[in-house]
Amino acid sequence: MRLFATVLAVASGLIVLLGYFYPIPALLQLRVLLTNWAMIIGAMTVLIGIYNLVAVHMEKIRTRQKDAAYGGVLVLSLIVTFGFGLVFGPNDIFMRTAMDAIIVPVEASLMAILAVTLIYASIRLFRRRVDVMSVLFLVAAVLFLIAIMPTPVGPLPGDQILQQFLGMLSRGGARGLLLGIALGTLLTGLRVIFGVDRPYGGN
Amino acid sequence: MIALGLLILTAVLLVGGIFLRRRYPGALRRIEAYERLNRAVGLAVESGTRLHFSLGRGNLFTTRGASALAALAMLRKLSERTSLSDRPPVVTSGDASLAILSQDTLQSGYRAAAAEDQYRYSTGRLTGLTPFSYAAGTVPVTRDEQVSTNVFLGDFGPESALLTESAERENSTIIAASDDISAQSIFYASSQDPLIGEELFAAGAYVGAGAAHEASLTVQDILRWLVIAAILIGSLLKFVGAM
Repeated sequence: MRLFATVLAVASGLIVLLGYFYPIPALLQLRVLLTNWAMIIGAMTVLIGIYNLVAVHMEKIRTRQKDAAYGGVLVLSLIVTFGFGLVFGPNDIFMRTAMDAIIVPVEASLMAILAVTLIYASIRLFRRRVDVMSVLFLVAAVLFLIAIMPTPVGPLPGDQILQQFLGMLSRGGARGLLLGIALGTLLTGLRVIFGVDRPYGGN
Repeated sequence: MIALGLLILTAVLLVGGIFLRRRYPGALRRIEAYERLNRAVGLAVESGTRLHFSLGRGNLFTTRGASALAALAMLRKLSERTSLSDRPPVVTSGDASLAILSQDTLQSGYRAAAAEDQYRYSTGRLTGLTPFSYAAGTVPVTRDEQVSTNVFLGDFGPESALLTESAERENSTIIAASDDISAQSIFYASSQDPLIGEELFAAGAYVGAGAAHEASLTVQDILRWLVIAAILIGSLLKFVGAM
């Protein structure tokens, strides 16, 4: 069974990859078919994932673990919104209200907490390690914040030069990091296509 | 054509590298974060605390999934090492297909450690489907489940700050890497030993996932030099052409 899964995964991967480089009609059709199947399976995995989420929280409630009440609220909300969504569709006023009045404000609040958390983490960076890179990191962050900071007297003098200078450095650095990540992605993909890494069937 | 050429070159180098690594195993350069992780995993098993592995929310149908696949390779080895602990490892993810793969990977680790009967599907969890719901669902795991080591490896965004903050409050070890630039800067500020850039993809090699992972690192280095050479030559040609 595991061998079958590996052969199937490797063959599918190679067909999709070859479809990109050789746009032969037969290969293209096969590529589209496989990609469509993957999307359908992907959609089904969401349902399985939600089942997993419910199962974990039900287990919390059953064994009366800490904060089990939150799990209860989550399961109840999920059943109610899922039921409403199935019956009335995603464009129903209730569904839109649930989105606009609950999910968006909650996520916005978490975003606000995030801003404070980030400042706190930056301050604590020096407690964790004091080296040249940490100093540069913090100095660059503070200078950039000063450069984009709105003031009652308008933009600070030299803010554009500072932004351009820091932007040049950060863009270069980011491109370097992204190139490294792209190479890592390429090799990870090849390992999966060669069947060396088999996250789908256990190895 | 260039892309196909690069792909074929990489494939040939990888196959050759695997062959050479199997015959002549070599040493890897020191990465402090992975050394710390290996120590922390051993300590977690001895002290009966838990390892928490968070895979992020990289969708496997996009290029973001590659970082999650690299993390799964590490998870496979770590689950094998920690499956016999009093408190088995917990894996959280923000993508449904990733959660299913994490369960499968965990089970493989248990099977390899001859402890498959101890595997529980609830140790591989989907904690949320949006960035902040994922963070909100993962924070209680870092806080309430006697976790001593948190590994955040995969595709994360700015919400990762909430995760590292929560883990730090519990004084647990944090090993973190992401393929996202904003998450990398957050992890740099909030973890003891940050992993930068492609070091994320070295995860498997540093936990003994095999010759293929070690060969990948060598090929990555070769390709990096090729990219550097191409950039320098391109700049030089442009400079000469402009003169």
